[in-house]
Amino acid sequence: MREITYTEAVREALSEAMREDESVFILGEDIGIYGGAFGVTRGMLEEFGPKRIRHTPISESAIAGAAVGAAITGMRPVFELQFSDFITIALDQIVNQAAKIHYMYGGNVSIPLVMRTPGGSGTGAAAQHSQSLENWTAHIPGLIVIQPSTAYDAKGLLHSAIANNNPVMFYEHKLCYRTKGDVPEGKYFIPIGVADIKRPGKDISVIATSYMVHKALEAAEILALEGIDIEVVDPRTLVPLDKKTIVDSVKKTGRALVVTEAVKRSGFSSELAAVISEEESFDYLDHPIVRLAGAETPIPYEPTLEKLAVPQVDDIVTACRKIMAAK
Amino acid sequence: MTMTLVNKAGFNDQQLIEAYRKMCLIRLFEEKVDYFFAKGMIHGTTHLCVGQEAAAVGSGSVLRHSDWITATHRGHGQTITKGTDINKMMAELFGKTSGTNKGKGGSMHIADIATGNLGANGVVGGGYPIACGAALTAQMKHTDQICLCYAGDGSTNEGSFHESLNMASIWKLPVVFFIENNQYGMSGPIKETVNIQDLSTRAVSYGMPGITIDGNDLIAVIDATYDAVERARKGEGPTLIEAKTYRWKGHSKSDAKKYRTREEEEMWKTERDPIANFKAKLIQAGLLSEAQSEEILAKAAEVIENAVAFAEAGSKPDVDQLMTDIYAE
Repeated sequence: MREITYTEAVREALSEAMREDESVFILGEDIGIYGGAFGVTRGMLEEFGPKRIRHTPISESAIAGAAVGAAITGMRPVFELQFSDFITIALDQIVNQAAKIHYMYGGNVSIPLVMRTPGGSGTGAAAQHSQSLENWTAHIPGLIVIQPSTAYDAKGLLHSAIANNNPVMFYEHKLCYRTKGDVPEGKYFIPIGVADIKRPGKDISVIATSYMVHKALEAAEILALEGIDIEVVDPRTLVPLDKKTIVDSVKKTGRALVVTEAVKRSGFSSELAAVISEEESFDYLDHPIVRLAGAETPIPYEPTLEKLAVPQVDDIVTACRKIMAAK
Repeated sequence: MTMTLVNKAGFNDQQLIEAYRKMCLIRLFEEKVDYFFAKGMIHGTTHLCVGQEAAAVGSGSVLRHSDWITATHRGHGQTITKGTDINKMMAELFGKTSGTNKGKGGSMHIADIATGNLGANGVVGGGYPIACGAALTAQMKHTDQICLCYAGDGSTNEGSFHESLNMASIWKLPVVFFIENNQYGMSGPIKETVNIQDLSTRAVSYGMPGITIDGNDLIAVIDATYDAVERARKGEGPTLIEAKTYRWKGHSKSDAKKYRTREEEEMWKTERDPIANFKAKLIQAGLLSEAQSEEILAKAAEVIENAVAFAEAGSKPDVDQLMTDIYAE
């Protein structure tokens, strides 16, 4: 199989969906000639033209809301939010409109739209361009929330997101964009709501999201040399959450480490820990659940501080050693 | 001897009498709803459009069935005009499964996709971007539909207003922004919350036509909306209409109206009642008699009573409805 980047995988899914279905179109800031802030839509303007690769004014509320209105009336819009931090401007349309319309209207209309947006730190973009805010939308009934970590998952999940009849929040990660992986040519679907065991292991279930999956896999290599065999579980979708795969993994290993980049307090790591302790996996725990997550601070600019603000490979290694050393 | 009431939409006598009937129907609907709320027979809250009937009927009458509207939280009149079944509206207020939204939306969220009503909105200014999106669909699919976006005066200070008017203008979207300026955003007089005389002047900033009209003059509303709709349908882009009007009732069901005087209210009710004034015009033109007007009112009252009976006969949602329709298939 050929190897492509995460960025290319996202672009491929978009292009394939647009070739197949006239009602799919993209709108967002600088997605045309510029190709998007991270180059995801590069070259798409040339193939699909400015009507379907729709460069917008800097108006996040109008972008999100236009997607809602287009979706209600028969289109399948995909809007790009240049940085996930900018969701603050678009949130009314996402939370009060898109998420609620299907229910509020008695199921009489669906809202097939996708919001794609990059989150996460690690690029020196500082406090207003580096947050991991996916939990905000995961909190809202009516939204589907996806956080793919690999190129393969990104393409298959984006196809599923575009085909889905609900508002789907698709959180990419800036550091994932350049990662490479085996990706099939042509359209394929990864079902929404199915977690993936990225590395099987027997000692600790490391439930990691987004770019933390890569860090957990790196940590696994180091730990393997010490005889610690961790299982890396990637939920892939936060809503709906594949609780069974997580619970089964913890039942097998008896230990759970949750790793997210988002701030620990009231973040999705809390939800993952709660699921493990509420479900039958609780009876299998040999050690309290451990969470590694973002420091409760805005993301700083200076590189050393920036790294300190979110879990790193070493933190995962250390946490796993501690868990295994405990009696 | 009759004379014609000239209007740009070319409505004939029958159509104008139908517009009068609709205004009466809306007022009776609202008064009935007001009564039920006062009696505690409907729960939640509601925002009534008594006094604003000409704005709703004059604008909505110009639309085709296939056109869309986005309505406001004060949207019963807009919804009735677009063609939603009054029975289903009343049932919705009663929280019945026979309601427009199966009892899950209530007054602020009545939607009826089949008649092109993309929904009322509980968020001030929430409908602007959605209307742009609907208009974008029409443009991309090359249909000749347009979207009439209703909004209130207070919403013109929301960011969504400015973002949407700009977007609609640069893309020449087939949308008409129709502001019902009823003078107050809850308690805030619009003259204290903007520093301009006419809200329509904001259109200049976005490079689109803007017009301020007497929103209580049915013919003026028809004319302005007709021009804007034609322009949108021809692909020439959006228009901003400001219809100056007045809401007779409070903002919602609990409003002591301390922010305005009883004299001011009285002036609007006696001198600027859109229904009485249009009725006088129809009579003067020889198109309507007092007796015919009485008959129209009686029939409208009957329609409302039937709607109440329909609503009362409906069933409450089963408990399993709580977790139904959160996600689409």
